[in-house]
Amino acid sequence: MDTHVSHQSTTPWSDLVIQDRERHLFRVSRRAFVDEAILEAERRAIFDRCWIYLGHSSEIPNNCDFVTRAVAGRELIFNRDHKGIVHAFLNTCPHRGAMVVREKKGNSRAFRCFYHGWTFDGTGRFASRFGEGNYGKEHYSGCADLGQVPRLEDYRDFWFVNFDGNAVPLADYLAGAKEYIDLVADHSEAGMEIVGSGQQYVINANWKLLAENSIDAFHGFPVHSTYFDYLKAVGSLRADQGNSNFTASGMHDLGNGHAVIEYASPWGRPVARWVPSMGEDKRAHLEELRRNLIKRFGEERATRIAEFSRNMLIFPNLVINDIMAITVRTFMPDRPDKMTVNAWALGTRDEDRDLRKLRLFNFLEFLGPGGFATPDDQEALENCQRGYRNAREVGWNDISKGLPRQGPPMNDDEEQMRCFWRQWQARMGAVS
Amino acid sequence: MNGDVGLSPATGDTSALRGRIEDFLYLEADLLDDWKIQEWFTLFAEGAIYEIPPTGESDESDPASSLFYIADDYARLRERVVRLTKKEAHSEFPRSRQRHMVSNVRITGLKDGIADVTCNFVTYRAKRGVVDTYYGKHVYRIDCSVEPFRIRSKRSILGMDMLYPGKLTIIV
Repeated sequence: MDTHVSHQSTTPWSDLVIQDRERHLFRVSRRAFVDEAILEAERRAIFDRCWIYLGHSSEIPNNCDFVTRAVAGRELIFNRDHKGIVHAFLNTCPHRGAMVVREKKGNSRAFRCFYHGWTFDGTGRFASRFGEGNYGKEHYSGCADLGQVPRLEDYRDFWFVNFDGNAVPLADYLAGAKEYIDLVADHSEAGMEIVGSGQQYVINANWKLLAENSIDAFHGFPVHSTYFDYLKAVGSLRADQGNSNFTASGMHDLGNGHAVIEYASPWGRPVARWVPSMGEDKRAHLEELRRNLIKRFGEERATRIAEFSRNMLIFPNLVINDIMAITVRTFMPDRPDKMTVNAWALGTRDEDRDLRKLRLFNFLEFLGPGGFATPDDQEALENCQRGYRNAREVGWNDISKGLPRQGPPMNDDEEQMRCFWRQWQARMGAVS
Repeated sequence: MNGDVGLSPATGDTSALRGRIEDFLYLEADLLDDWKIQEWFTLFAEGAIYEIPPTGESDESDPASSLFYIADDYARLRERVVRLTKKEAHSEFPRSRQRHMVSNVRITGLKDGIADVTCNFVTYRAKRGVVDTYYGKHVYRIDCSVEPFRIRSKRSILGMDMLYPGKLTIIV
């Protein structure tokens, strides 16, 4: 451990996180949020080496479906070829560099670059037929194919890319997070799907502020009182957790910088937790869904899936929050003080229209730019970013809450953020 | 919404009605500019809806199958207004400054005094030295058979290809 620490102290970014166990202090330098050189180092140490979320299988359900997406600073094509095999390509023509696919999504057996007409099939292979004399043999032996992302793997329909060919397998990287992805993926035997198109918006704040915020229970009541007022006003609050002894409240370090908080839901959940505002007509349906979960998983796990909420961060930039609805959210830095957020709603594949509508309404009441909560998070993040203009005089964030606690951390402690920052420090410590 | 998109609906010359509708829309814009949000809510008929569909989808998107930014029934719209009156609606405290522009007003359908109306909009929101611009098309159903007119539905279809301002905390 000592050698590890001394190794870190030789790198330029090692002093940005200070852990003082004796004094119960955990501090992060505000330079980490404002410095362009640090963002550049993050691109190399984190976004070029970690498994980064690309998309969900349900976004390309049919053979030859594709979507295009900016991921980890690249422009990618996420597609299924004519045999149904999933690929991730770098969306740039090997000829002169133009983006080959310009639509956001579609279905096509081939991708044709509009600049000079080079064409590729769904497996990325060069597929134009130019007459003899135009290109030599070598041209057709792979050097004119679309560039493939070095690594592409999925866990239960969540697809990730890695630009480091030597990275550990995705399953190892996800570590304890797999168990919590299972808790989401098991909502329905029919599987899960992204509903409609996602929300895409800009927050003028450093990307790490959203990583912290997405799993931060400490801010819930101060920031979101108007949301809870709303739930109260419309009859969406319910305290009990059904007839079960299962209980969970706390935070789990899932390894590799991933962390989750789990807690009894104050709100309804379309998976199988009824609240009065849903209406009596839906009560029987939700109880049936719940009985089905019990049949599949037993009382304890069924209660956990139906009743409890979980906010999970998969390092560095994937959030899967299984709360009043399920949001899958990822975000990429554009500048130290600006990020673009992609957020999707995930639902069960066999959901009927009424329940789907309820799920979407549950989502947009809290989540997203027009919700009763997310905009106030955005405001908090942008306020932090603005406050960091004072970083030279007031230079450190405090992330110490819960450090002196004996026993397991509470979910409104800040241990989950410390998991993030320890991983951040370890990875940033590895670059020079 | 479902009207003919010709020069005027089947009922003939509607320029007088359009003038009254324009006055009504300018009144709405004025109330929003001045943060008279509770008065603004009184322009809506009981049971009215207010929606902002996702960017990049068709105008006919359905909030039951597509993730909207806003899909308020009358009750949620009332709560949205209540929320915006609170200091704890942090994203609008201190309040932003707004200016709502409305143009290209057309009556696309008229039946029993209920008018389908479309118009273009540009809304500016300024806060802490940042000016956000929202633009697009409003699609209204307005009950013109009552005095004052009442909005039965309002759908604001954003013209941007993504939400650059990040928030939709004001009424555009």
